[in-house]
Amino acid sequence: MNLVETFRTGLDAVLSHRLRSSLTVLGIMIGISAVILTVGLGEGAQAQVGSEISALGANLLTVTPGSTTSTSGIRGGFGTASTLTVGDAAALASKVVAPDIGAVAPATSTTASLVAGTSNWTTTVVGTDPSWLTVRGRTMTEGRFIVSHDLATRAEVVVLGATTAQELFSFRDPVGQTVDIAGQPMLVIGVLNTVGSSSSSSTVANPDDQAIVPLTTAAALLTSGADRNSVSSILIQATSSSTLSAAYQEANAELLSLHGITTATDADFTITSEAQVLAADTAVDRTLTVLLGGIAAISLLVGGIGVMNIMLVSVTERIREIGLRKALGATPRVIRRQFLVEASVLGTVGGVLGALLGIIGAEVLPHLISDPITVSPVAAIGAIAVAILIGIIFGVYPASRAAKLPPIDALRSE
Amino acid sequence: MSKPDDDGSPEESGQMGPSLDDTGPVWIEPTASHPVVDGGPPGVYSPVRPGQRQPVIDVVDVWKTYRNGTLEVDALRGVSFTIDPGEYVAIMGPSGSGKSTLMHILGCLDIPTSGEFRLAGDDVSTMSEEELAHVRNKRIGFVFQQFNLLSSLSAWRNVELPLLYAGVERTARKRRALEALERVGLADRVDHRPGELSGGQQQRVAVARALVTDPDLILADEPTGNLDSVSARDVMDLLDELHRSGRTIVLITHDAEVAEAAGRAMRIRDGQITTPVTSGSGPA
Repeated sequence: MNLVETFRTGLDAVLSHRLRSSLTVLGIMIGISAVILTVGLGEGAQAQVGSEISALGANLLTVTPGSTTSTSGIRGGFGTASTLTVGDAAALASKVVAPDIGAVAPATSTTASLVAGTSNWTTTVVGTDPSWLTVRGRTMTEGRFIVSHDLATRAEVVVLGATTAQELFSFRDPVGQTVDIAGQPMLVIGVLNTVGSSSSSSTVANPDDQAIVPLTTAAALLTSGADRNSVSSILIQATSSSTLSAAYQEANAELLSLHGITTATDADFTITSEAQVLAADTAVDRTLTVLLGGIAAISLLVGGIGVMNIMLVSVTERIREIGLRKALGATPRVIRRQFLVEASVLGTVGGVLGALLGIIGAEVLPHLISDPITVSPVAAIGAIAVAILIGIIFGVYPASRAAKLPPIDALRSE
Repeated sequence: MSKPDDDGSPEESGQMGPSLDDTGPVWIEPTASHPVVDGGPPGVYSPVRPGQRQPVIDVVDVWKTYRNGTLEVDALRGVSFTIDPGEYVAIMGPSGSGKSTLMHILGCLDIPTSGEFRLAGDDVSTMSEEELAHVRNKRIGFVFQQFNLLSSLSAWRNVELPLLYAGVERTARKRRALEALERVGLADRVDHRPGELSGGQQQRVAVARALVTDPDLILADEPTGNLDSVSARDVMDLLDELHRSGRTIVLITHDAEVAEAAGRAMRIRDGQITTPVTSGSGPA
């Protein structure tokens, strides 16, 4: 009896017990689709983090005032009495001092209430200079960004994030309109492009919800009382991602010397890389994926046990058939193969349907939850292969039981 | 495991004794699995006279003991007899007499605890499970009381089953299955499933399945036990006809009326043959 015949016989048996076969297939199907979805969820999260890193600029460093040490806790007024100044930013921008630093943007940040007509919205107001756009890797939807002239004249102008503009003006064109920020009327000169919701660990909670004003304007009108030269952070863009650590060294050395600090551990500032923060984020995502994947693997295992159970029931139920086939000349090997084929048919059908269900789920689920799901063809094919393998592995025992049945006992049973 | 041999006839497999029409000397080729019964030196052809034709069944002092825990039951106690090619023999006995055990051994479904059983010259008492499966497949056609047809398969697919296991190629299987069904008078029912056939028709499908491999022996175990008298008559007539065309048939039954159809009857009681076994009608 060749393989084609064995396959046909196995398929006949599967088809002649439709309900039972479909329930078994369902078990495998759920397991496989769960695996595909969790793997897709993990891959989606990773892809998202990757795109965020490139959006933020993988070569971005953020200098913040104050530092933490293991011995003395928080050093310096973290954010309140800022130790960073516009002068620091200017020094870092020097190509001579720091050749690996591409662009530098000093920034202050405060939370303020924005009013436009009857609309009212509270958001982060960032005071910065023209290089912010480059350093942040942002683009404009319409209008223009802040230019040097705005800084020099302390122009009362503002650039809005897409969400902020939407909240204040709904569908009206914001450019040319006036917004009151902390009571100061400011002219909207442009709107930033969206970058999509970012992970919560980014410097700004939602990069699409903020208002950008010239640094000098912010110092004069919004952050009253504080030193006008102090900034709450300095954003540094390395010339490329490969020069990131060189840029870090240069910025660190320059700031230490500017602040007259001799030992690195006494630094009154902290330099962090966005990529580091996101990497930590990725690790959390990965842990979650592993956990979910574990649960999916267990459900797949349960599906496999389902196949074994059904095959064992099938062997018991078909003792007579097995006995007859043996009486007619089927060798134990042929019987074993027939049952293995049946089990792997169940596994294959479950695997293919499960992969389909997983792919459909990957299309539908992102609309219900905010996380993207990426199903790669490799994962889908791998899952089907695993399902076939499960059918075979869990079919081995029932098949060998069937093969060992003595023909007389089998024929005798009623 | 498929074989080019598309009809699986015993002659081609080189293991069959002489056929009925042979009256002259017959050459038996000695092989490892087919020792020369007459004891001629290996490699030397031994002429066999008509009177000494090799029996299809040669049972010598067969014992079968079942062990159930510490209890040992002798189902067969030293059974010896021979059945020649073309004979139609009924084995009769009440339930518990050992006739089922004997049938299992004759059908190569079980092996004796001791003693010797030669099927068409081959000692099957020492064969492996795999070899027994091949012997059942090629040399024995079974007809059971319960018909034992697979309900999910049509009549012809049921009949082709033994050929499937013999590795016969697909088109030849179908042709031979249809021929066998025609022979039992069911040419117009080949695509019916067992559930769509009457009991008598189902049993005729089973007979067709027993015939399809052209076996040395047809073993019928209470073939009329589940049939009404009309269908039973029908099936008995069919067996009669097969016997007349030269088949060797062993019929196991407890029904004396059924046994009358056979040319020779053997009674079995308490694991022993109680009637003389030397007589015989021979070929009809």
